[in-house]
Amino acid sequence: MHELSLSSAVVNTVVKHAKGRRVEVVSLRIGRLRQVVPDTLDFYFDFVARDTVCDGARLEYEIIEARLRCKPCAQEWGIEIPAFRCPTCGGSDVEVASGDEFEVESIEVEEAECIAPR
Amino acid sequence: MHRTKVKVVEEALDANNTIARANRSDFDRAGVTVINFMSAPGAGKTTLLERVVADLPGVRVGVLEGDVQGSMDADRLASLHVPVIQLNTDPSFGGECHLDANMVRSAVPALPLDDIDLLVIENVGNLVCPAEFKVGEDTRVMVTSVTEGEDKPLKYPLMFRACELVLVNKIDLLPHLEFDLDRLLYNIDQVHPDVETILVSARTGEGIDTWREWLMALATREGAIAAG
Repeated sequence: MHELSLSSAVVNTVVKHAKGRRVEVVSLRIGRLRQVVPDTLDFYFDFVARDTVCDGARLEYEIIEARLRCKPCAQEWGIEIPAFRCPTCGGSDVEVASGDEFEVESIEVEEAECIAPR
Repeated sequence: MHRTKVKVVEEALDANNTIARANRSDFDRAGVTVINFMSAPGAGKTTLLERVVADLPGVRVGVLEGDVQGSMDADRLASLHVPVIQLNTDPSFGGECHLDANMVRSAVPALPLDDIDLLVIENVGNLVCPAEFKVGEDTRVMVTSVTEGEDKPLKYPLMFRACELVLVNKIDLLPHLEFDLDRLLYNIDQVHPDVETILVSARTGEGIDTWREWLMALATREGAIAAG
């Protein structure tokens, strides 16, 4: 359900960078830990993008696997279920190495052809 | 016409985070410690506040009450003679299911920041979206209740990971439920190792002293940081 709020955040970010140009593709990097459902984000994005330069744009996803790192013992591991204790030393001083991303990586925009001679 | 690729690489929630930082610096300047208080609907946030807000010696509390509609919770707290500001997400913000930094920003002028030491922002009841949106808080506290099921930390890890304290409410109901409290605590520890938990019953008052002491310690800790 948070996809509605997240799609608004994506549209706002894209509009800022599009500078009035029509947007065709929005490439996102999303970490698994953000629990984003791409189909749901697509659905809300179509709706929120109406009447903006993003109207009709397509979302592309790069899903980043979640990896954790135990700071004291440097063990690094991937997770399927949300378990944030180090499997090696049992420690709790664990940081997210990847999987927390929710970034607009790039956008593809339509440019008017340059008519002036080079 | 031709297509151009524009590199962006920007956290989509940057705009929210920027406003949250502005809120936080306003709160810091006024020496006010801020809690973002979150839970599922009906977990007992308002009752747990009612139990303590008027009884924190030396700590003046204000509440910013976030709801989609209505002022029932704000009225309950105002009857305890603490300043309460109501923020409804319905009329002006499209019925959002959470507070974001901009909504809180709009309420800042109405907050009596010079007359309070601790501001509790009671978020809209929801275990998903509030975890994504910082509002300018110093810390986050959540309530989970034993009627919600032991698996909630595994289903909503973002929320459980975001909090410094988890209040486990409605423990007076344990004798009547098939609920495995140890399983819940284990799951909380899996998702957020070593996070502080307090078992409470807003109804019987069990654990409320510990919750009050936690708030007193927080107000002192943050106050000391501001003074130093």
